[in-house]
Amino acid sequence: MKQNENKFFNKNYIAYVHSFDPPTKHFKNCLRAFLVGGLICTIGQFLRYILEDAFGLSGDELSGAVSVILIFLGTLLTGFGVYDRIGRNAGAGSIVPITGFANSVASPAIEFKTEGMVYGMAAKMFIVAGPIIVFGVFAGTLVGIIYLFL
Amino acid sequence: MQTIVFENKPKIVATGSIAGPKECQGVVGKFVDKTLQDDTFNEETYEKAERKMLLFAIEKAIENAGLKEADVRMLVAGDLLNQIISASFAAREFAIPFLGVYGACSTLSESIAIAASLVNAGYIENAVAATGSHFSSAERQYRYPLELGCTRPPQSQWTVTGAGAALIANAGSRVAITSATIGKVIDYGVTDVNNMGCAMAPSARDTILAHLKDTGRDASYYDLIVTGDLGALGSRVLKDLLWEKGVDVQGNHIDCGEIVYNVIEDEFQGGSGAGCSAVVFGSYIFDKLRKREVNKVLLCATGALLSTVSSGQGESIPCITHAVAIENV
Repeated sequence: MKQNENKFFNKNYIAYVHSFDPPTKHFKNCLRAFLVGGLICTIGQFLRYILEDAFGLSGDELSGAVSVILIFLGTLLTGFGVYDRIGRNAGAGSIVPITGFANSVASPAIEFKTEGMVYGMAAKMFIVAGPIIVFGVFAGTLVGIIYLFL
Repeated sequence: MQTIVFENKPKIVATGSIAGPKECQGVVGKFVDKTLQDDTFNEETYEKAERKMLLFAIEKAIENAGLKEADVRMLVAGDLLNQIISASFAAREFAIPFLGVYGACSTLSESIAIAASLVNAGYIENAVAATGSHFSSAERQYRYPLELGCTRPPQSQWTVTGAGAALIANAGSRVAITSATIGKVIDYGVTDVNNMGCAMAPSARDTILAHLKDTGRDASYYDLIVTGDLGALGSRVLKDLLWEKGVDVQGNHIDCGEIVYNVIEDEFQGGSGAGCSAVVFGSYIFDKLRKREVNKVLLCATGALLSTVSSGQGESIPCITHAVAIENV
């Protein structure tokens, strides 16, 4: 329902309520997101060097291994109840990297475990990440088709 | 006329209350019957913990009134979870006739008004009115998983973990319920589910104005006008809205949500939830009434009657406020 179709919509009151909206702290939010997001990416790059030098991985194997480790860390921190605290302050900085995706899958899995393994944990695991997967696959397919004709 | 005047003045004989660790750091800490160290209350799930808190509050109210379960004629209770499972499942533990009510966070004044009406009419000698909420069960039903790393907007409030119950009887106390004003559903078109205070403030104004008009009283008649969970911003808006109609509550208005937390960190505008008014009224305010530190209280618990489905479909938030006048006689 659009706002202007709602017969209860009181224009003056809504304008008055919006006058209390605190200004978004763009600079502070961006800085925090940059620092935390940058830190996560730096850890990823660090892992990359280690895996390359110590284990001799390269190419797809290397990026796969780095992703797996970061996903593991994101899930582990979610389980310890740390990731939500990071997220509360870092905003997009901890949501956008792959660790944020791990958090969005692990947190409902923990939450709905009480309703059983199949209908609870497994079914509800993607309530947050589902849209990301759907639109990710869709965008990937679209780009793939365009690429085919180029 | 929206107000029911109770000529036989049913009394609030006793209350029972319980609150979580975070809540007990605040003003209610010294007044509740039990402080939880652990918000799971030794249960496997938060839903069970919420139910156990409600159960505790009801048992404590009966005990504090010096009664036994078999003496209680009616239980009027509700909560926030789907199909009010906390209240119904708590009632399963008792052999007391049960009326389940839903008024979102206004459940406290709704259940007190119903219980008081039945007692005033003489149908029953006594009844227990109870409600409660739990941060973690509410968060899961209305918002996101607990461990999800998302940011909370500054207008948001924090659902109170706690429960409160009041035993209402035809005699046995000086704290009397003198009238009740049943609210209308008011919607000003607020759609932001993180700004409940501003959504509910117009409904609080409507009920308070109706109560004052019906009873012919001035706002200054009351020592305290207590709203449920408008939060800091909602309270400010309510004062403005009442002022616009020529009613000044600057000196005697308090909001349970605004006062419940000591330190505002993640709670932003303060507490919310059915448990908010139940805990604050059941402990702190009832204690003040009993000690005669305040004598005339207008309890106006405020409720937002939305669901995740209605807000998902873009509907605005209908709200309700019921007012109960509680006076020392």
